[in-house]
Amino acid sequence: MADISADFLGIKSPNPFWLASAPPTDKKINVLRAFEAGWGGVVWKTLGSQVKNVSSRYSAVDYHGSRVMGFNNIELISDRPLDINLREIREVLKEFPDRAMIVSLMADNDKQSWHDLIKRVEDTGAHGLELNFGCPHGMTERGMGAAVGQDPEIARMVVEWVMEVATIPVITKLTPNVHSVVPTGLASVLGGTNALSLINTIQSVTGVDLDTFVPNPNVGGKSAFGGYCGPAVKPIALKFLTTIAQNEITRKVPISGIGGVSTWKDAVEFMLLGASNVQVCTAVMKHGFRIVEDMCEGLSYWMDEKGFTKLDDFIGKSVPTVTNWEDLDINYHIVANINQDKCVHCGLCYIACEDTSHQSIALDYGKPYNKYTIKEEECVGCNLCKLVCPVDDCITMVEQRKAPEYMNWKDFQRLGMPLNDH
Amino acid sequence: MSITNFRLTTEQYDENFSDIHPPFENLTAALVEANRCIFCYDAPCMKSCPTSIDVPKFIKQIATENIKGSAHTIFSSNIMGGGCSKVCPVEKLCEGACVYNLMEEEPIQIARLQRYSTEKAIKEKWPLFTRKPSNGKRVAVIGAGPAGLSCAHVLSREGVNVTVYEKEAKGGGLMTYGIAAYKVTPEFCEDEVQYILSLGGIEIKYNQELGKNVSLTELQSQYDAVYMGIGVGLARQLAIPGEELDGVVDAISFIYDIRSKGYNQVKVGDKVAVIGMGMTAIDAATQAKRLGAREVTMLYRRTQEEMPCTEVELNIAKLDGCKIVWLATPKEVLGADGKVTQLVCSTTVLGEPDASGRRSPVDTGETITLDVDMVIKAAGQMPFEKLVVENALENKYGKIVTDGKGVTSIAGVFAGGDCVNGGKEVVDAVQAGKDGAAGILDYLGL
Repeated sequence: MADISADFLGIKSPNPFWLASAPPTDKKINVLRAFEAGWGGVVWKTLGSQVKNVSSRYSAVDYHGSRVMGFNNIELISDRPLDINLREIREVLKEFPDRAMIVSLMADNDKQSWHDLIKRVEDTGAHGLELNFGCPHGMTERGMGAAVGQDPEIARMVVEWVMEVATIPVITKLTPNVHSVVPTGLASVLGGTNALSLINTIQSVTGVDLDTFVPNPNVGGKSAFGGYCGPAVKPIALKFLTTIAQNEITRKVPISGIGGVSTWKDAVEFMLLGASNVQVCTAVMKHGFRIVEDMCEGLSYWMDEKGFTKLDDFIGKSVPTVTNWEDLDINYHIVANINQDKCVHCGLCYIACEDTSHQSIALDYGKPYNKYTIKEEECVGCNLCKLVCPVDDCITMVEQRKAPEYMNWKDFQRLGMPLNDH
Repeated sequence: MSITNFRLTTEQYDENFSDIHPPFENLTAALVEANRCIFCYDAPCMKSCPTSIDVPKFIKQIATENIKGSAHTIFSSNIMGGGCSKVCPVEKLCEGACVYNLMEEEPIQIARLQRYSTEKAIKEKWPLFTRKPSNGKRVAVIGAGPAGLSCAHVLSREGVNVTVYEKEAKGGGLMTYGIAAYKVTPEFCEDEVQYILSLGGIEIKYNQELGKNVSLTELQSQYDAVYMGIGVGLARQLAIPGEELDGVVDAISFIYDIRSKGYNQVKVGDKVAVIGMGMTAIDAATQAKRLGAREVTMLYRRTQEEMPCTEVELNIAKLDGCKIVWLATPKEVLGADGKVTQLVCSTTVLGEPDASGRRSPVDTGETITLDVDMVIKAAGQMPFEKLVVENALENKYGKIVTDGKGVTSIAGVFAGGDCVNGGKEVVDAVQAGKDGAAGILDYLGL
């Protein structure tokens, strides 16, 4: 059986699954339930100057009958008194000493406030701090959250303030509301942060109510931009994560991966792309804490199947496979093949290719079932037919190299090779 | 043993004859099913519908909560799409062709989804069609059944003024008078006809029978064209001794009585034998049971392999408690005091395939005898041959001969539906009405 215990900057947890700083980690009662369910750690919901929240706070995007494909919130940092939060953190630490307890922080924008807050939090015995440089709403207008994360210089300054007093590991959480997360990530590492976490939520409008004409969530007839998360943002999170995992400087610190992690498979993908552990929120807000059981078991079985005995065996394994487009092999060529025994004649591959791609599928009319076959000489190997096919392994992509040798776009241009003639 | 009415209480009748089709309770339930549909291209379901309803499109429209658009899509191809979603043997049409069958999964509940949209449209009287301004042309339609109403609706949409001559007191034809009431309730049939008429430009003259109250030549002289959707109706005789005994009835009139008189008015025996295994036989047997018959036995001269009804239909009969006897053909009805007491049947074995491709029954010489007090004959229907011949229409054994667009041997006279095809599904008649309307529009130069 694989060992799925995790060590993040010396902070140990029985598994690499932490709950992200969010409503599920706002109170002792929630966190105790999470630990009882088996979560490896939590990042306690952001502490700072006490705020006041509005109602309603959440909205979601449903897709094709599935609820909460994407999730959006306009909730601020913890709206409970700091004393209560600190007391509860202490109490939870006592009950579950084997779980990671990180506390998210967002102090007012001056050095003293940060220093005071850090000292009070460290007093609880917490294992680490996470700096919230990412909250995209409410706090930003006050010069906090994403307002810090979007400006590398300010971010570095705040990190330096923090590092002056912090005696426990510091993780800096990055906002995705930038064209690249690397500048702020880099500034934070240069400022001395011990680790990075990403992504925070993405500014969004999830939709507009077609009866009231007010976007969601509706707060007394008005709405505000919220922070988007959940399965829909995972691909964006993976991209940002990869850029941090590939940068010469930022790759030197551990990364905690966040953004739409819902299953053990999602977690593995984040870890393959460089995350040492993952943080989860939306999935538990939809299903409750019980999902961690399958996450642990699924990860463990997968590691056994692949022959990995510990997490470090595969963390970052996929990072080198992401390259620049111009380094891709132009001579690599695949064509689609339809397994006629599996085909259910739905025609989805045909209409997708015919209307929107390369007219590479032939239709032989039949009543009621048409027959579809690939015109190999026309197929560019784009994958579209395979992606839309509803039957597993019905359409496969078969390798038919253009030439045996590797040749990228730069070589191709240098040699003056011919471009497509139609 | 006796044949009587008033066997049940009003509550029992109402329960036995209430709509058997489960609706979707709410939009969410419909959405779950609609979202299962993978939106096939050149979809097998659509190709398997005689009226070519764009099934993936209307289901997608339910999924996007465009229910009006969904109903419009259905009615554009089939103005009786509401009724058809209740009476079509979808297991051998759209749902039978659903690609999910090829994945060994349950097919999409197309009929149930179709009911969801159409019932809403009919109930809330959505005006989904507008007719073009009247072009002054006038067409007479004979028969307010599926073929006639479908033809009338297409013509009226094109600005033709249509007058429908109907021999019964209500419209809907077979839908109203010839199908089990629990499949399509009398209330629904009336609502459906009213919905079709709400387009405007269509007037139905009831209690007007061809050859009795009105003649073809008369209509030809008064209208620019005539469409005949007169259906079939005569029950095939068994031609066996005892057929004249009191207690031997044909399924057509038995079902007609149920649909037109009220359940407690229709007499049914204690022990009923039903001859045949088509849809009408099923409707007669199940309704005999639902009227309170103690024992209903269905007899068929071939096996389940060859039966004309679908397995879904057969299961309704079985669930209603009807007994099934395969490989038996009626030989003689025995009686006492002029009333049925027994049915003697020859047992059969299957021989060589006949013209229909089905193996034909061969008499074994052995017999079985059933104690019964009522025999319902559902051995097929015959066209109105006399009427067709009298009006000098070219025909084959009474079935009017037409080309693809309903053109008959008489200029300006068109025909379609059961009177041409000899008796198929409602949905086939609806398509025939559309084809006939196209032929008439061509003929009128519209």
